[in-house]
Amino acid sequence: MKKIEAIIKPFKLEEVKDALAEIGVEGMTVTEVKGFGRQKGHTEIYRGSEYTVDFLPKIKLEIVLTDALLEQALAAVVKAAKTGKIGDGKVFVSNVEEAVRIRTEETGERAV
Amino acid sequence: MIKIPRLAATLAFGLMTCLFSPSTLNAQQTEPTPPPAATTEAAPAASAPEASLEMRINALESYLQNTNPEEAFKSLKVKKKNDEGVEESAFPEGFIQSQKTLGIAGPGHNAWMMTSAALVLFMTLPGLALFYGGLVRKKNVLSVLAQCLGCAGMVTLLWWAFGYSLVFGKSFNSPYLGGSEYFFLKGVDSAPNTDYSYWISHNVFAMYQMMFAIITPALIVGAIAERMKFSAIMLFIGAWMFVVYFPMAHMIWGVTGLMNGVWNKDAAIPAIDFAGGTVVHMTSGWSALILCMILGKRTGFGKDRMAPHSMVLCMVGTGMLWVGWYGFNAGSALAADGIAANAFTTTTLAAATASFVWALMERILRGHASILGFCSGAVAGLVVITPACGFVDSTGAVLIGVLAAVVPYIFVMHIKGILGYDDALDTFGVHAVGGTLGALLTGLLATKSVNANLDTAVTAAKTAAEPGNGLADFVTNGGLAGVQCQAIALTLVFSVVATAIIAFVLKAVIGLRPTPEVEDAGLDISEHGEEGYLI
Repeated sequence: MKKIEAIIKPFKLEEVKDALAEIGVEGMTVTEVKGFGRQKGHTEIYRGSEYTVDFLPKIKLEIVLTDALLEQALAAVVKAAKTGKIGDGKVFVSNVEEAVRIRTEETGERAV
Repeated sequence: MIKIPRLAATLAFGLMTCLFSPSTLNAQQTEPTPPPAATTEAAPAASAPEASLEMRINALESYLQNTNPEEAFKSLKVKKKNDEGVEESAFPEGFIQSQKTLGIAGPGHNAWMMTSAALVLFMTLPGLALFYGGLVRKKNVLSVLAQCLGCAGMVTLLWWAFGYSLVFGKSFNSPYLGGSEYFFLKGVDSAPNTDYSYWISHNVFAMYQMMFAIITPALIVGAIAERMKFSAIMLFIGAWMFVVYFPMAHMIWGVTGLMNGVWNKDAAIPAIDFAGGTVVHMTSGWSALILCMILGKRTGFGKDRMAPHSMVLCMVGTGMLWVGWYGFNAGSALAADGIAANAFTTTTLAAATASFVWALMERILRGHASILGFCSGAVAGLVVITPACGFVDSTGAVLIGVLAAVVPYIFVMHIKGILGYDDALDTFGVHAVGGTLGALLTGLLATKSVNANLDTAVTAAKTAAEPGNGLADFVTNGGLAGVQCQAIALTLVFSVVATAIIAFVLKAVIGLRPTPEVEDAGLDISEHGEEGYLI
């Protein structure tokens, strides 16, 4: 089993979700996050006070899937999330040791 | 078929009504005839003279004109000795009670004043509370709401016990403080207090003015937000009401007040302030500056991010302030009359102009028209028009709107940064600067054409026969701005000195600030035991 963590632009979430659904990914966890990479932040001014905002809002998707689906899913995320401009985000892949479906107590790949 | 009997019935009923119903009216037209015994109305006391129909109509007309209904009956006054043994003319005993236009409130004026009072309370709860609450950090939002609620509760009690009397009483016969006759609102009932208004209930007047007393100290909260102990704030405000607000409000609005140019013929400084530019905005704004300097900056000021946590709440609060301000400004006419209508108009024009101009300046000078810019401009426009709204015309209001954006903008955006004080939510930059500017502009733009009260026996020139205070002459021939400057200087010095004394005493006795740990955790959880937002 593998876990894909994808940090993407918030407005790309729907496209990425649809692309993953199309190849048979059945679930995912989405979090609103803030962070920065090479894309610069911006400045906010409230009356006379200026604040530099380094952290920009992003969406983090976490998808755990079977090894067989990994390549396809990775390609789908990258294709759907790409705009070609700085700030498109990153995807990380890692191994997952175990998974349990709480309702049925199924384990391993049957649980994802 | 049906119509004919119906018509006949209507005619018959009408005829009967004409003949019998207004029997008292008929009786008074044919004066010597006493009212028919058949009427159920109680006859006036035997000694009371009969008021003619003309007098009664004149009294009713004075309701429409918002003038004194007693004038209509003045020919019936007799010479009497008053309590001090001095002879004066007064109505015979029982006369006032016998008249349906005397000693009662006029429904229209009273309805508007109750509405206005509610609108002014709405400015504080929740208008100002949300406006300020949105501008602080998430961890301090409740502390601001608590401070506004604290003002509402505590000031109401102070007002009931002493405040109203100290401002609007006259037993001290002093230009600096009112009197003791209305302590605990004794004798403040639904009959009008003709010292201030002929047609609104005395208790409605007292409640309306109380709403001003509530919002004034609540404005100070903006400057000292996020870093003052709740107990210290409440004690400060309690003392400040007695030392600053009650005397200042009496000086400007009390019928024996030092600076009440429109109503006090003995006013030494015949200044004008329609709805509280000096009383409300200057006192709170200048006091706020001094208090925030004595208190010191917020921990982490200039380093930590202290951006507003919710511009949405801030905008909602601004909208409520704007709407409530119609009660504040147009209500200050103390009647639903033409002066109120003018104040309503000028208030709208100034607020909209200032809001738009402030945002426009931001767009041109900084690249973005921000929500906080629109909101700041609207509030600044409302502040600056406040003393002027019942004295200037629509052109004056637009001019005021433009200046209300430009001058506070410069203070808030630039001068504050240079001077380095931490006026957290810009109470000084908007209310003190705006209030001072408004008082000055009122002096330059006031015109008799919108407010006849500027040209009365009270405001006439000082002559041996009729000692007026000379205001009318200042309005016509210039010089009012100079008078306004005297009022500004007095208000400013008085507020600053009194605030400094109260703040230093409190600092020495109980301390003003919470510990750095409390400040860091936020005042909500440590002072009030609650959090504004739970996930």
